[in-house]
Amino acid sequence: MSNQSYDPRVNRLKLGSTDDPIKVEEGENWNIYEVFHQEKRGAHHEHVGCVHAPDPQLALVFAKEQFGRRKKCVNLWVVRSADILAFDLEDEDMFANNMEKTYRDASGFKVMEKINKFKGAGKQPPAKDGKEK
Amino acid sequence: MYGGGYIFDEPNRKQLREEQLHDDPEKLAAFEERIAKGEKIEPGDWMPVEYRRQLTRLIEQHAHSEVIGALPEGTWITRAPGFKRKLALIAKVQDEVGHGQLLYNAAETLGKSREAMINDLLSGKSKYSNVFNYPAMTWADVTVIGFLIDAAAIVNQVANAKGSYGPYCRALERICYEESFHLKQGHDALIELATGTPVQKAMLQDALNRWWQPIMHFFGPPDKVSQHSEKLMQWKVKMASNDEMRNQFLDAYVPKIWELGLTLPDAHLHKNPETGRWEYTDPDWDLFFKVINGGGPCNQERLQVRKWAETEGRWVRKALMKPEERKVMPVA
Ligand SMILES: [Fe+2]
Ligand SMILES: [Fe+2]
Repeated sequence: MSNQSYDPRVNRLKLGSTDDPIKVEEGENWNIYEVFHQEKRGAHHEHVGCVHAPDPQLALVFAKEQFGRRKKCVNLWVVRSADILAFDLEDEDMFANNMEKTYRDASGFKVMEKINKFKGAGKQPPAKDGKEK
Repeated sequence: MYGGGYIFDEPNRKQLREEQLHDDPEKLAAFEERIAKGEKIEPGDWMPVEYRRQLTRLIEQHAHSEVIGALPEGTWITRAPGFKRKLALIAKVQDEVGHGQLLYNAAETLGKSREAMINDLLSGKSKYSNVFNYPAMTWADVTVIGFLIDAAAIVNQVANAKGSYGPYCRALERICYEESFHLKQGHDALIELATGTPVQKAMLQDALNRWWQPIMHFFGPPDKVSQHSEKLMQWKVKMASNDEMRNQFLDAYVPKIWELGLTLPDAHLHKNPETGRWEYTDPDWDLFFKVINGGGPCNQERLQVRKWAETEGRWVRKALMKPEERKVMPVA
């Protein structure tokens, strides 16, 4: 190397004695694993990102280093990215919530309205024939 | 660190126009409408060829900057003064390498493999932030890097975190959270020197003087000469102009240097009370391009150290390789 480094350790490596170009082969950085992180017991595992690893065991080790080194974490899952099955984003419209689906929703049922109507009716004086409406 | 505010691109206008012709105009309109509404783009979404190319370049160079940026500081771990500073520096350097990993993953979702990105870094085809082509000569340099260069990177990363590409935004969210520690520990170490003995103060002032020009270079050439980037702004790939980010940085951090009784090597540096903008002597932009193209004091060393790591680590990676495994890009 033409310049001396300010780092004695870099100088000891005697870099640059071979200036051959180096090429990293496809696959040399292994496979990709998705990482799911659980913040506390009882919570869901949430997707936080991914790591490169040669197998699931090492993926867990790297995931701990990458995603568990600071914030609270009690557990991690890893799974090969290739094993994730997902809908096509282009099909997003199939999740569109149509307004006629209120029968699936708590908001589609107005119990208080009915109760209040019933109670309001109850305060009316009974009809003369003694029958309640 | 270190989203270098400046992302290098080879002028390639002709190719750009041909590529853009192939984008389906209907899909392009829907894509642009989605971004205008503030929605995020995800890996499986349709996107213009040029959007994919520019984002890949941006995120990849950001990733390289994190990894190369760990080198000048990493060399100071063994010499950091005191146990706490050593622990903090180890933690910071680990974070930076972790940022590199997060960003490589985000870039991979766009279709370029990590191996291809590393090869482009090693061959010099892909760049990284220019500031890391300067040496960290003393401990004071480490404090200036930790405070001011991380600060500059934060300005850039906070802006980019509001961009349009989901995986990049998510990576930046995590990164920005860690950066707040980098900034604080850097500031703390810098204050210790600034309020220390005359020798410490002189060492810090010397470091500031040497780093000021690279820091002014950090956000890239002034808007008046920098490449036309309206499309990238509209697509929310570039979130603020070089001058805007530089001004934001000066506004927040120059007072924090001056209040310690330190000076910056530019007599013209001041905030114009009428415009509210900072004025300064233009740094040497020819030098900036010279350093980007390999002519800086440490370009060679940085890449050689990186090559050494690849060469020496290769037998481990190969021993664990399983070429028969099916590999796909990250899903999100
Ligand atoms: Fe940082
Ligand atoms: Fe960083």
